[in-house]
Amino acid sequence: MHDKILLSHGEGGKRTRDLIAKVIARYFDNPVLSPFFDAGLLGRIEGEIAFTTDGYVVTPPFFPGGDIGRLAVCGTVNDLAVCGAKAVAMSCGLILEEGLSMEILERALAAMRDAAKEAGVTIACGDTKVVERGKGDGIFITTAGVGVSVDGWRPAPSGIRPGDRILLTGTMGDHQVAVLIARRNLAIDAPVLSDVAPLSGLLLPLLPRFAGKVRFMRDPTRGGVGVTLNEMASAANARFVLDEGLLPVRESVRGVCEILGFDPLYLANEGKAVLIVAADAADPIVAALREHPYGREAAIIGEVQEGGSGVRMRTLAGGVRAVDYPVGDQLPRIC
Amino acid sequence: MKYIDDFRDPATAKALIERIRRDAGDAPVRLMEVCGTHTVAIARGGIRPLLSGAVTMLSGPGCPVCVTPDGYIDAAIALGRDRGALLASFGDMLRVPGKSSSLEKEKGTGLEVRVVYSPLDAVTLAAATPDREVVFLGVGFETTAPAIGGAIKTAAVRGVRNFSVLSSVRTIPEAMGVLASDPDVRIEGFLCPAHVSVVIGTDAYRPVAETYGIPCVVAGFEPLDILLGISMLLRQKKEGVARVENEYSRVATSSGNRKAQELIRDVFVPCDTGWRGIGVIPGSGLRIADRYAPFDAEKKLGIPVVFAQEKTACRCGDVLKGKILPVDCPLFGKACVPEEPYGPCMVSSEGSCAAYYKYGAL
Repeated sequence: MHDKILLSHGEGGKRTRDLIAKVIARYFDNPVLSPFFDAGLLGRIEGEIAFTTDGYVVTPPFFPGGDIGRLAVCGTVNDLAVCGAKAVAMSCGLILEEGLSMEILERALAAMRDAAKEAGVTIACGDTKVVERGKGDGIFITTAGVGVSVDGWRPAPSGIRPGDRILLTGTMGDHQVAVLIARRNLAIDAPVLSDVAPLSGLLLPLLPRFAGKVRFMRDPTRGGVGVTLNEMASAANARFVLDEGLLPVRESVRGVCEILGFDPLYLANEGKAVLIVAADAADPIVAALREHPYGREAAIIGEVQEGGSGVRMRTLAGGVRAVDYPVGDQLPRIC
Repeated sequence: MKYIDDFRDPATAKALIERIRRDAGDAPVRLMEVCGTHTVAIARGGIRPLLSGAVTMLSGPGCPVCVTPDGYIDAAIALGRDRGALLASFGDMLRVPGKSSSLEKEKGTGLEVRVVYSPLDAVTLAAATPDREVVFLGVGFETTAPAIGGAIKTAAVRGVRNFSVLSSVRTIPEAMGVLASDPDVRIEGFLCPAHVSVVIGTDAYRPVAETYGIPCVVAGFEPLDILLGISMLLRQKKEGVARVENEYSRVATSSGNRKAQELIRDVFVPCDTGWRGIGVIPGSGLRIADRYAPFDAEKKLGIPVVFAQEKTACRCGDVLKGKILPVDCPLFGKACVPEEPYGPCMVSSEGSCAAYYKYGAL
């Protein structure tokens, strides 16, 4: 086998076959994928089906605490989980750049295998394309996932009521700060690990256990908690009020944000969820979240209030301010 | 980090606000926060409404993006378009409007602009692309000047000949002097910038305090820094004195960072320069010294920055001078929003209009 991806690995001939049989199949061996039919035959699936897709283009592909492979699986598993669905099967589309080292590909595949195993999802079909050198960024992964709704739960922003509590399953911004540091162009060293993790095991058991109490869930990825809450408030036509003193941020992440002038509220997370829950169930749900390794720092961060829509923040100084959508990416301040 | 938490304590904030309201007197006291980072911190902390009726905080000219004239953007675009330069810039500059375009719009049609995180990255970029002239868009105040100067010196030492800087570096005390003497603005106290003061030292504001009789307090960027700074300004006013005080003594000293000052003196020479919306302020600019002329993009590539006081409906100039609040501009929130900014105060993350718009709409 070559130690680099060649254009011929994507041309459909013997090299393509070798890549699939000798590399990819080694990591994704399972009864649905391995016959290599043109589609993965999933058999009968009972329940309400959820379906999602996403593309992963992170640079660099490996960063402290994770990599593009783990990200690709967790992103899809989490999109299903916050809709109340357990991931059953997913696809893996690889777009590889000519010259990519085989070692990087294999590390990404191993990470996908391990994350899929953790989340209990089968990688059921796939596709591999090779683009010319300079026309990609090493490795891109696209995934689509099929899940089954747990306990018949459906996201229902219309069920959100004044008094409901806003919960966050852990600290903000770890993923984006880890990636920024890994890019090495900020000349900052800080011990920050990405939070990338599959959340099905954390979130889905809540639904039968706290029946009717979990109103709505979202995973605050790109745009962070700030954008996600704005979208949730808009969907619910509700007024969310956050408490600045309750927002969980890791000290190291806060330090990086201080230096660069970033707001952790708008930084991406890949292993966190925002939940809107009934007030009387908020404390028990936080306690349940904290029993799980991915929910240890879960916290109530605010509440739904009467009147108007949008997101507000009660500040530490005792004031109130708007929490709006950001325009474009956050950039380090000039001075 | 517990140290920082001490500067965010809600109980202390409440006590300070009460003291400020007590000391303020009848008419709201007009104070100016000179620095854009203060403007954002005040908005993010929801501080302005807490002081309503007691203190009016005016936003000053200390946002580097906001005061960069449109002629500078036009010159940068010309350097790329007409001279084939590869432009390296802080990301904030991309959406700033020039006379008819912006770097972002031009980038979409083929102008090569790379976003860098430090001036030194631009030197590295130049070393990696020896067949292209890399022009760094050197925008900022005394805080950024040492890093830009350091990049020029590094390029000189390493023999990177295809690197130059289009300088738009400014100095804050001169602008404060202009505003202090403007009878329309009527500033009763300056909340002086934290980062700038670390470089230039708090003594740099003594001429402002002594010549114009306006109290000055250097303050940090945490909510309690700001509230304490405001309270110190009110105390001076109450006592009828005008001096420079240092709330940010944990970092800033009276004499500042001498090494950084030496670096600035080595690479730059003071010059008159135009501030968008304000006009030409004598001695408020830093041009590249003649001995570093090979790194001066204006001289090297023959495209000067032309300053002309623009006449538009945009009232960023009056906002920067503290004559009006952002909400008093007829374009604010209508023709001018962060997605489609008309003026620079709405572009920059440190701009007062952007801060009012982003954090203020309740």
